[in-house]
Amino acid sequence: MRVWISQHTQALRAALRKLAAQRASNLLNVLAMGIALALPAGGYTLVMNLQSVAQRFSLEPQMSVFLDPLAKPAEREAIERRLKSAPGVAALRFVSREEALKDLRRTEGLAESLAALNQNPLPDAWVVRLGPIPPEALETLAAELGKLPGVGQVQVDSAWARRLAAMMAIGRLGLAVLAALLAAGLVAVTFNTIRLQILTQREEIEVCKLLGATDAYIRRPFYYLGALQGLAGGLTSLAILAGSLVLLNRGVRTLAQSYGSSFELAFLPLGDALAVAAFAGLLGWLGAYLSVSRYLLEIEPR
Amino acid sequence: MISFSGVSKRYPGGQDALRGVTFTIGDGELVFLTGHSGAGKSTLFRLIPAIERPSAGSVLVNGQNVSAIKRTALPYLRRNLGLIFQDQKLLYDRSVIDNVMLPLAFSGYAPREAARRARAALDKVGMLAREKANPVQLSGGEQQRVAIARAVANRPAILLADEPTANLDAESAAAIVALFLDFQQVGVTVLIASHDAALVERLGRRVLRLEQGRLAADSGAPDGATQ
Repeated sequence: MRVWISQHTQALRAALRKLAAQRASNLLNVLAMGIALALPAGGYTLVMNLQSVAQRFSLEPQMSVFLDPLAKPAEREAIERRLKSAPGVAALRFVSREEALKDLRRTEGLAESLAALNQNPLPDAWVVRLGPIPPEALETLAAELGKLPGVGQVQVDSAWARRLAAMMAIGRLGLAVLAALLAAGLVAVTFNTIRLQILTQREEIEVCKLLGATDAYIRRPFYYLGALQGLAGGLTSLAILAGSLVLLNRGVRTLAQSYGSSFELAFLPLGDALAVAAFAGLLGWLGAYLSVSRYLLEIEPR
Repeated sequence: MISFSGVSKRYPGGQDALRGVTFTIGDGELVFLTGHSGAGKSTLFRLIPAIERPSAGSVLVNGQNVSAIKRTALPYLRRNLGLIFQDQKLLYDRSVIDNVMLPLAFSGYAPREAARRARAALDKVGMLAREKANPVQLSGGEQQRVAIARAVANRPAILLADEPTANLDAESAAAIVALFLDFQQVGVTVLIASHDAALVERLGRRVLRLEQGRLAADSGAPDGATQ
């Protein structure tokens, strides 16, 4: 066991020595891997963020029932009774036209245009928050409410949420394809790097074989080299991602504020970030493994 | 113990490097292998650590048939052989002591113990003062001493040296040969391939002479260890 640990530390140290010895070319490699991985990792982060937004809406669909400005008080009461007894309604809130106007005035940039109007164009409305409800039931309810006397218009905002979910499914699929391609690219980059490394160390490998080094002993530093490069590439991609998010969030915050929201793009959860780095390390190892299996056997002392 | 029986080696292309070579070297013997270049010395030398395999016959090293050895068993065979080459085969990207520690690391010695043994080996060949130097900074004779230290660091039972004095001046060569005599004194079996007839003759040890791949002369009986 002690020997095993000692041999692995030696291999790791040898790999680090090689990384340090060819700093420039290794840095370029790591940067290339980092950029390649940052693309799918960034896409994944965006999808994750959109999903968290979309989930909030699609799980609790909202419905706005706008009243006809000419609705009679009796009709209004009937509508209220119907809404209160409707299945799946989680919360009910009446927004009077004055209140709606006040809300709108608070929104940046709109106050002036509203001031130009000499009367309030907004109708009274019920904002209905629904519990988890199948989309068909929701549509039936909306249609039924739309037919009540005194109702101007019923707006269901689950349609866009469903479209968003569908678009995100496409996005995720595209990302998976992109990630697979770039992962293959990363394996290829490591494969070639390790191949060159093996060729430049040909003499050393021959001498080591003559002096009684096992194949495993000779292979080990190359595995570490590949895995370390991959890991460094993965960490670089996370750094690129974090940096990009900081920049993007400046714009996103301004945009979100204009909607009265404090939304901003979140970084990957720690577990996912670690998984990206570990996966990159694994890909590096794989590239090294393929390269070593292909080229190391060919080198025999002459 | 090294034992060849009916060993032939034919390279692809039909050239016969060795033809029916048979001899036995007992434990603790010091034997010279001579012959013109192209006589098959190098080929014979390379069959013992199984760098190459014979086309016919068998090669036994300490009772193990190395002509049929498995690839996975090669490292363990080679750890028991101290190999010394005409071109030293030192690694120039590391210090003298790191070179000597190389085979010890392969055998699984912890770095501290490996360093201790490497220093002992360097001390034996008179190179301890240069342990931190890079081999490039050393003369040919000094490099050959480091190569010998590396070969004996694992305390192998058999030392094989291929033309160890070929590129050295007479004084350095004599010092190297003296080292081999010392190792034989402590029980190591030594086989030295050399075309330096004067040196071989002066020492009066057992000599195997190759001519065109055949064993042309064997000067001594296998009890040469008592010479």
